[in-house]
Amino acid sequence: MSEARELTLEEREASIGGIGTARKRKEDARFIRGQGNYVDDIKLPGMLHGDFVRSAHAHALIKSISTEAALEVPGVLAVVTAKDLEPLGLHWMPTLAGDKAAVLADKKVHFQNQEIAFVVATDRYAAMDGVQKVEVEYEALPPLIDPTTALDDDAPIIRDDVASNDEVGQGPRHHPNHIFEWNVGDKEATDAAFAAAEITIREKIAYPRCHPSPLETCGCVASMDATNGKLTVYGTFQAPHVVRTVVSLITSLAESNIRIVSPDIGGGFGNKVGAYPGYICAAAASIVTGHPVKWIESRIDNLSTTAFARDYHMVGELAADKDGKILAVRAEVLADHGAFNTHAQPMKWPAGLFNILTGSYDIPVGHVSVNGVYTNKAPGGVAYRCSFRVTEAAYLIERLVDVLAQQTEVDKAEIRLRNFVQPAQFPYKSCLGWEYDSGDYPTALKKVMAAVDYAGLRKEQAAKRAAGELMGIGVSTFTEIVGAGPVRNCDIVGLGMFDSCEIRVHPTGSVIARLGTKSQGQGHETTFAQIIATELGIPSDNIVIEEGDTDTAPYGLGTYGSRSTPVAGAAAARAARKIREKAKQIAAHVLEVSEQDLEWEVDRFKVAGSDVSMTMKAIAMAAYSNVPEGLEHGLETAAYYDPPNFTYPFGAYICVVDIDRFTGDVKVRRFYALDDCGTRINPMVIDGQIHGGLAEAFAIAMGQEIIYDETGNILGASLMDYFLPSAVETPTWETDFTVTPCPHHPIGAKGIGESPNVGGVPAFSNAIIDAFAHHGVRHMSMPHTQSKVWQTLNELGLNK
Amino acid sequence: MTPGVFEYHRPKAVDEVLALLGQLGDDAKVLAGGHSLVPMMKLRLAEPAHLIDINAIDALRGIRQDGAAIIIGAATTQAEVIASDLLVAKCSILPEAAAQIADPQVRNCATVGGNCANGDPGNDDPAIMMALDASYVLRSQGGERQVAARDFYEGVYATVLADNELLTEIRIPTPAAGVGMSYQKIKRKVGDYAIAAAAVTLAMADGRCADAAIALTNVGDTALFSSAAADAIKGTSVDAAAIDAAAQAAMAAAAPAEDLRGTVAYRTAMAGQMTRRAIVQALSRATGS
Ligand SMILES: Cc1cc2nc3c(=O)[nH]c(=O)nc-3n(C[C@H](O)[C@H](O)[C@H](O)COP(=O)(O)OP(=O)(O)OC[C@H]3O[C@@H](n4cnc5c(N)ncnc54)[C@H](O)[C@@H]3O)c2cc1C
Repeated sequence: MSEARELTLEEREASIGGIGTARKRKEDARFIRGQGNYVDDIKLPGMLHGDFVRSAHAHALIKSISTEAALEVPGVLAVVTAKDLEPLGLHWMPTLAGDKAAVLADKKVHFQNQEIAFVVATDRYAAMDGVQKVEVEYEALPPLIDPTTALDDDAPIIRDDVASNDEVGQGPRHHPNHIFEWNVGDKEATDAAFAAAEITIREKIAYPRCHPSPLETCGCVASMDATNGKLTVYGTFQAPHVVRTVVSLITSLAESNIRIVSPDIGGGFGNKVGAYPGYICAAAASIVTGHPVKWIESRIDNLSTTAFARDYHMVGELAADKDGKILAVRAEVLADHGAFNTHAQPMKWPAGLFNILTGSYDIPVGHVSVNGVYTNKAPGGVAYRCSFRVTEAAYLIERLVDVLAQQTEVDKAEIRLRNFVQPAQFPYKSCLGWEYDSGDYPTALKKVMAAVDYAGLRKEQAAKRAAGELMGIGVSTFTEIVGAGPVRNCDIVGLGMFDSCEIRVHPTGSVIARLGTKSQGQGHETTFAQIIATELGIPSDNIVIEEGDTDTAPYGLGTYGSRSTPVAGAAAARAARKIREKAKQIAAHVLEVSEQDLEWEVDRFKVAGSDVSMTMKAIAMAAYSNVPEGLEHGLETAAYYDPPNFTYPFGAYICVVDIDRFTGDVKVRRFYALDDCGTRINPMVIDGQIHGGLAEAFAIAMGQEIIYDETGNILGASLMDYFLPSAVETPTWETDFTVTPCPHHPIGAKGIGESPNVGGVPAFSNAIIDAFAHHGVRHMSMPHTQSKVWQTLNELGLNK
Repeated sequence: MTPGVFEYHRPKAVDEVLALLGQLGDDAKVLAGGHSLVPMMKLRLAEPAHLIDINAIDALRGIRQDGAAIIIGAATTQAEVIASDLLVAKCSILPEAAAQIADPQVRNCATVGGNCANGDPGNDDPAIMMALDASYVLRSQGGERQVAARDFYEGVYATVLADNELLTEIRIPTPAAGVGMSYQKIKRKVGDYAIAAAAVTLAMADGRCADAAIALTNVGDTALFSSAAADAIKGTSVDAAAIDAAAQAAMAAAAPAEDLRGTVAYRTAMAGQMTRRAIVQALSRATGS
C-alpha cells in the first residue's frame, strides 16, 4: 500500500468547499426529482380539509349567513363564521403593522373574495360542495377603489370598526380612511433648495399593485393533540418563530405548546410573511374537531387575497444645476394598503425603508412624505422580493434621474457618474438618515459600460432613430438597504430583528447547524454550510443545515428583506468562531502547547513554526473524549447576531430593447447585470438568485398587475392573465460583479436575493422610455404591456 | 379548484357515444383533450352531470387524404397536427398555427375537434377552418350532417352543434398547389390566447390574386370570416394599397371587447396588423419569393 500523499494547502482549501466555491445546490437533488416535502404533501391520519366562502362584493354589509344547506352536504362537518370565532377572540387578528384584520368577515365585507365562512369537510371536494351551499345575503355599499379619492370628505368609510380611532397603530391620522402619515428629511431646507434651483423636474410615477405569486400558494396543516395540548402547525411561513409567538399572544396557549414547522417552501417573495385567516381557521377548526385540518389556497385565492405588493402612487421631484448635479430630492407618496393594514415591515417603519430614496447619489438635502390609506381591496403591502419598500424608492429615483438627464440633455450614464456617492465618501450619511456602509459605484457602472460598448450602443441608437426605428437603452444604478436589522431600528411585534445560528460538531467531525431563518428556494442548505465550512475547516458536504422547525431551530426572525445572509449568515460565522475558540483550547491541551503557539490553517490548528498540527476532525473527537480540565465536553454553541447596521448592496444594469412600432412588442435584446453583494459565498447560487430576480423584474415591468374594476371586482387573478414569464419570454441575462465587502459583517457579505428585482424593474422601464425619449416622452407607466406601449406609439403617430 | 360530482363514461365506439348523447342530452359533455372543459369544471363554471370521454375511440383520430379532401379526425391532437407530413406538405397553416396554441403539454392532449367545437372565440382553429373553407361532420343517432365552418359559430360558446351531436371529423378541401397561407397571431405570452390573429389563404395567377380567404381570431364573439377583407385583395396585384385596404376591412369587421390583452382600439389595430402580416407572408409563399 502506497502512503497517501500529503494534500497541498490549495487542495485542502478546495476540499472544504467553503466561501467562494461555485457549488451545486444541495437541496436541488430533491426539488428537481419532485421529492420536496411541501405543505400540501403533508397528510396526517384523520385529516380534514377547509375551504372558504368568499365575498362576491368589494364593500357590503352582511345581512345574514345561512349554513344549514351546507351542513347537509355529505362530508361537511362544520361551517365556521365570525360568530363562532368571536367567543375565542379569534374573529379579528392583530396585524404586524399594529392594525387588526378580520379573520372571518364580521358584519361587513371589505374586499372581493374576503373570507366569510370556513367550511370543514372530510375532503376538498366536499368542502367546496359545502362552500357552494352557504348562502350570504349582502347589502351592497359604495366601494372605494381609487386611493386618490380615499381621503375625500365624502369617501365611503371602509373601516367602521376603527372609524373614530385617532390612530391605527402607526401614529396620528386625520380621516377614517387614513392609516398614517410618515415624514422624513428636512422639509424647509428641501423646499428652499427647490426654490433656488436652476432646474427642477417633477414626475408622477406609480408602482402598480402586483403580487409575489410564488409557485406554491399559501397553506397549512394544523394539528391539535388533545392528549398533550400541543398545537402543531405545518405551514408556508417565511418566519416560523414569529408565527409561534404571535399564535401564543393571540391564543392562551403556552409558546412551548406550539410547534410551527415550515417544510419545503415553494417560493415566498414576501407573500408568506403575513398571517392569514386560513391559518387561524385551520388551527381553530383543529382545536374544535380534534382532527388535523388542512387549508391550501387555490391560485385565485392566492392572487386575490393573500398579500400583494407595491401600490405606491408617487410624485417625485429633483432639483439640480444645469449640468445635472442633483441638489435636492422630494417625494410625496400615497400608499394603498387595501382594507386592513397588513403590510409587513419592521414596526417603526410605516413606509418601510423608503427613505433609501437617495439611491446611489450624493444628494445634499431631501424630504419624503408618505400617506397610507384604506381602500376596498385585498390587504397587504409586502416587500415582493425586496427589502421593505426599497424597490418603490429605487424605482422612483432611477426614473427621476433619467427624467433629469432628458431635461438637462446630459447622457443617462454620464448624469449618474456626476452624481454618485464617491468611494472615498463611505461610510456615507445620506440626507434621509441612513449610513451607507461601503460601495464603489463609478467602477461598477464603468465596467458595465465597457462590457456592452455603451458608446457604440448610443451610436447605433442614433442611426436607428434616424431610420424611424425604436431602440432604447436603460441604465439603472441602484443601491439597496437590506439585512433588517439593527434591533435599535427594527422590531416585529416587539421582537428585535436579530437572527441566530446553533452549531453542533459531531465526534467524527461532521456538523449540523440550525438557523432562525427559512429558505424558500434561496439555497440556504448550501450557502450557510459554506460559511461554516470555511470558518471550521470542515467540508461543506459534511455540514447539514436545518431551518423551519421551531421546536429545534434557535429563535430567529425569518427570511425576507435579503436578511438571511446579512443577519443569520453573520450569526453562523460568529457561532463557528466560538466553536473554533473552544477547539483551539482542546488542541492546545492535546498537543501540550499553549494556545498562543497555535495558528489556524484551513482545517487545523498548527503549532507555529513546526509540522505539528491537529485537524478539526481530530479535535472534534477529542471534544468528546479528551478535554482540558475545567472545560465542558462537546463542541456546540449558538450565536445571536444583532447587526450594527444594514448592508447596502448595489449594482449597475444596462438593458437594451427594440420595439416593434406597429404592435408595441418589446424585445429585450440584451440585459447586462453587474451586482456587488460584498463577499461572494457561492457564485453559482448568486447567479441563480440574479437570474430569478431579473425574471421577476421583467415580469413586473412588462405585465404583472393586480387590476380592479371600478366596482372592486378583481380582474385577471389567474395565471392565464397574471404574467408569469416562461423560459420563452424571459430574456437572456449576462451577469458580472465587483466585490466591495461589507465592513461590519463578519465575512463581508451583503445579501443578493433582492437586488435584481429592485434594480431590474427600473432598467426595463428606463430602456423602454428611452426608446421614445427623442419624441419628448419622459415617463410611461408600468406595466409596459403591448397594448400600453402601442398606445404611446399611436399617440405619437409612430405606427403609421 | 375542485370540480363537482359527475359520472364518467369511456365508450369504445362512436355509436356508444351517440347513444349516450341521445339519452343524456345537455346533461352530458364530450370530453376530448379536456384543456378547455376541465379548467371550467375546476372552477365549477361548468358542472356537467356526465362526461363522455372520447379518447379511447381510435376511429376519431388521425389525418388522411380522402379524394379531394384532407380529413382530420376530431380527437386528433395538436401535437399530431404538428407532426403530420401530410399537413406540413399540403396545409401548412394548421401545423404552424398549432405550434402557437398553448404549450407542448397542452398540445399533447388538446384536440382539433375540441378546438373547433368549443365555441370560444379565442380558439385558433375556427378562423383557420373558415379560411380553408372546411366542413364539420356532425353525427347523432338520427344521422349525419355537414356544416361549413363559416356557418357553424353563433356566439360565445354558442354553435349549431346540437346536444345529441358529436363532431366526428373535419373535412378540408385540399388546397391547390401554389396556394399561399399564413396564420399570424399576437399574444402576451406562451399559453395565451390571441390578442388578435389572422388566417389568410391566397392564390395568384398571372400576377393577380385569383382567390383569397381571410378570417380573424378573438376579435369578436366568434371567429370572423371577412369576405370584405378578401375582396380587397382579390383581382389586385396585392400591392401596398390592396393590403392596406384589406387591413382596413379586417379592422372594420373586428369588434373586440376590451380585456386585459388590450383596449378595443389596440385589439382592432392588431386585427389589421396581423391581417397585413399574414397577407404578406401568404403572398410570398404563393409566389415562392
Ligand atoms: C394553458 C392553455 C392555453 C391554451 N391556449 C390556447 C390557444 O392559444 N389557442 C387555442 O386555440 N386554444 C388554446 N387552449 C385551448 C386548447 O386548445 C383546448 O384544449 C381546446 O380549446 C379544446 O380542445 P380539447 O380537446 O381540450 O377539448 P375539451 O376541453 O375536451 O372540450 C372543449 C369543448 O368542446 C366539446 N367537444 C370536444 N370535442 C368534441 C367533439 N368531438 N364533438 C362535440 N363536442 C366536442 C366539449 O364537450 C367541450 O364543451 C389553451 C388551453 C390551455 C390549458
